[in-house]
Amino acid sequence: MLTILALASVILLGIVPQQSEGIVIYTGWERHALVGSDIRLSCSFFSWRWTSDDVTFSWSYRSDGARDAISIFHYTGGAPYVDNKGPFRDRLEFVGNPGRRDGSILLKNLDYGDNGTFTCDAKNPPDIVGRASSVRLLVFEKVPIQAGVITGSIIGAVLGLLLLIVVIYYFMRFLVARRVFNLSVSKHGKKGKGKEGSQQRQGPTLSIGDPSKLKAAASEKKKQESRKDKK
Amino acid sequence: MNSFSASSDKMLLLLLGIVILHAAALVLLFVSTIVSAWTTGPTSSSDLWNNCSTTDVGYHCEAANTGEWIQAVQALMILSIIFSFISLFLFFCQLFTLQKGGRFFVTGVFQILASLFVMSGAVIYTVMSPNWVPPSEAFGWAYILAWVAFPLALISGLIYVILRKRE
Repeated sequence: MLTILALASVILLGIVPQQSEGIVIYTGWERHALVGSDIRLSCSFFSWRWTSDDVTFSWSYRSDGARDAISIFHYTGGAPYVDNKGPFRDRLEFVGNPGRRDGSILLKNLDYGDNGTFTCDAKNPPDIVGRASSVRLLVFEKVPIQAGVITGSIIGAVLGLLLLIVVIYYFMRFLVARRVFNLSVSKHGKKGKGKEGSQQRQGPTLSIGDPSKLKAAASEKKKQESRKDKK
Repeated sequence: MNSFSASSDKMLLLLLGIVILHAAALVLLFVSTIVSAWTTGPTSSSDLWNNCSTTDVGYHCEAANTGEWIQAVQALMILSIIFSFISLFLFFCQLFTLQKGGRFFVTGVFQILASLFVMSGAVIYTVMSPNWVPPSEAFGWAYILAWVAFPLALISGLIYVILRKRE
């Protein structure tokens, strides 16, 4: 009884949103390309239904100066139909996979006249209610550096360098402190780097115990102060 | 007793003066970076972030995303603000932790670095601005603020380096 109830609720919940969600189409927002290059405009969709055999994809193009859009590509009944009369004849190729909900097209040999808005509309019967999605194409002679890339990298590099210097400074101090402790344990005061050796002479020819720690701390403080005064 | 309180008052005044100088330099840096008035003309004004102009269509701004140099100027101005902030923070840190007779060296270094950044940013902007805006336009007041902030920050940094902590 409970299982039947659970199954029924799942099925009901499954059906109701299907009728209200519709199909959602995804393309990019903006694409940049160089003159003479090729570009792949991707289009895919999300639908609660299984991909039907009658799935259709349509691409239309509206040039930057024009008022209306013209249709340049249509896929239906399992076959693609590319532009053979319009601005993209012999330059358009279908590279998508409708079975995987991919309706991408490839534009070859771009020119400045190809600047404009490309709209993809997909239908997955019976899921046909949805909004077409558009991608803007911008054709450049030379791809410009995006806003903020250099800014961010300069700021990041300088702050990273600062952080590195701070870390190295504290690491060196940590190493020096460890050498003090090691030297006082082994009772050999003279070995090590020259700077540290000369400063070790003040303190630790003593055994481990509170008085030596105090004296080591005092000599460390004197070291810091003399360094600060020297600066 | 009187002379002691007088000298501690003097110390307090000095401290206050230094902090105000630092804060003034910081505020100038902020305003200069944010306000859109690095170059101004009769119909347009532009700064590090936007190129705004009044054409027959109306007043519209386009973002300043072309050019590598303008981004370098943006980065340098932002870095100078960051370093000035860090310097202020370190000043208060060192005020309470530095030993007697010690120098506010790190604070001064950061403030001097901030002043160097703002100077190089303003210099790069000056040199590269013919590429960026038409030569008929004049430099605006935010640009001048940047140039004023540079010596203020430099002096403030030098004061920190020379200053010795007393009781």
